[in-house]
Amino acid sequence: MNAALLIILATIVCSAVVGIYAGRRVKMNLENWTVGGRRFGILIIWLLMAGEIYTTFTFLGASGWAYSKGAPTYYILIYGTLAYTLSFFILPELWKLGKRHGLHTQPDFFIRIYGSRFLGVLVAVVGILSIIPYLQLQLAGLGMIVEVSSNGAIPSRLAILLSFGLTCAFVYTSGIRGSAWVSVIKDVMMIVAVVVVGLGVPRIYFGGISNMFRSLISQRPDHLVFPGAAPTMDTLWVMSTVLLTGMGFYMWPHVFGSAFSAKSDKIIKRNAIIMPFYQIPILLVLMVGFSAFLVLPGLKNGDLAFLELVHKTYPSWFLGFIGAAGAVTAMVPASILVLFASTLLAKNVYQAGFNPGASEATVMRLSRAMVLVITTTALVFALLLPNALVNLLLIGYDGVSQFFPGVVLGLFWKRVRREGVLCGLLAGLAIVVVLVFGRHDPFLGMNAGFVALVVNGAVTVGISLFTRPGRHY
Amino acid sequence: MRKGTRLALIFATIPFLTLVFALPFVNRIEPVILGLPFVLFWILLWVVLTPAVLWAAYKIEKKHNPPGDEDRR
Repeated sequence: MNAALLIILATIVCSAVVGIYAGRRVKMNLENWTVGGRRFGILIIWLLMAGEIYTTFTFLGASGWAYSKGAPTYYILIYGTLAYTLSFFILPELWKLGKRHGLHTQPDFFIRIYGSRFLGVLVAVVGILSIIPYLQLQLAGLGMIVEVSSNGAIPSRLAILLSFGLTCAFVYTSGIRGSAWVSVIKDVMMIVAVVVVGLGVPRIYFGGISNMFRSLISQRPDHLVFPGAAPTMDTLWVMSTVLLTGMGFYMWPHVFGSAFSAKSDKIIKRNAIIMPFYQIPILLVLMVGFSAFLVLPGLKNGDLAFLELVHKTYPSWFLGFIGAAGAVTAMVPASILVLFASTLLAKNVYQAGFNPGASEATVMRLSRAMVLVITTTALVFALLLPNALVNLLLIGYDGVSQFFPGVVLGLFWKRVRREGVLCGLLAGLAIVVVLVFGRHDPFLGMNAGFVALVVNGAVTVGISLFTRPGRHY
Repeated sequence: MRKGTRLALIFATIPFLTLVFALPFVNRIEPVILGLPFVLFWILLWVVLTPAVLWAAYKIEKKHNPPGDEDRR
């Protein structure tokens, strides 16, 4: 048995054990399972949010874009920072409302603010349809990382089955508490991996980051300014994309929901201040992508740039460490995605949609059962139908971003009406579907999701103003 | 809207002005600063300064919004 294999397997199993252990002796009701009893302090909230936000995309996608597209990849540095700035205002208000009314999920919020169960079910369904392909993406990334970094010793399918099966187990037993504890392992391993490779690779091949950029500037300066190697991703595209993704960031049901788990609104506000520091590791990931651009030109799949370069540069046990870090980097976001998809199905589709009289204990039991359903569904798609959900994935971010007007206006504008929010949301979703599937993205040089969001906001405000004043909900 | 929140919002426009609306004016390689192409240096600079901006917003908001007069929903 080689060292890489051992490190990967040990990390996956240890993470799962920690995750299961996290829920011991906590009475599991919906409040503890989904929002950790609203007791998380600043450190654990910081680690948890980083845990769910920095996914396999951080490893593979950001470096892959630096490799194959160049400058447009800078957008990843920007949009998180904008999202944290917005969250400074939005999340504390959301937290207070959640505390006062015992909210657990995003549709809970819509039902509470707008008094419309229909709107709640719609938000839940859009959320679940966006989560499933995102979950599948995490699994596919995990399989790819483990297979490459164990040099084929652990085939992709086996890696997916093993690690996702264990993830499902700790979500079932411990809920969000399990995700939070495993985040600690994940964040430490990821930071170590990124710092070692991000500083090491430019040093080994070029003698430092400045020299690496000097070579890049002399050989391919166009790669480093917009639009890089992607003609459709010019400055206007970057501007509209960072606005869209910055606003959409906290609209993902799992990111939105985990804000409720903080101990107080102050904690969540202070957390927003320190979140941008988590962007620095991403810069290091970009360095790896840019180095690979010079060292390993002509890779067919840019997403493999990070792993291929590590493979070429480091001993196999270190590649195993990268594989292990990659595996937990997929497991943590996957666990939170499963947790919230299950709660949305049980609480906001079943209870809100079909059986408002269901007791909390029933919803809790059903949520746990849904963990198995969601897990199985994602596994089926990941293992048997890898391409079936590609279209959904394309519109996932655009889709959840359409919740933004309903959330922000619901918190800060007394004049907003549910008729406006419903029409705005439907208009936004329709535009996303038409533009993206009609191959009109980018539209007039702008991100299609952004165009939809602008229309959505205008419709929401317009119809709210034309609807009778005074609301009874 | 309370005065502290209004002042904090003014601070919060800084990352949007620098990281979104300034992009067309900074999309170039020269001058290379700290070894980074200018556009990347600019983005990084404001990513790192944003916590300071938000911290200032936090302090100002706290100073001007006395505790206890929260508007209830």
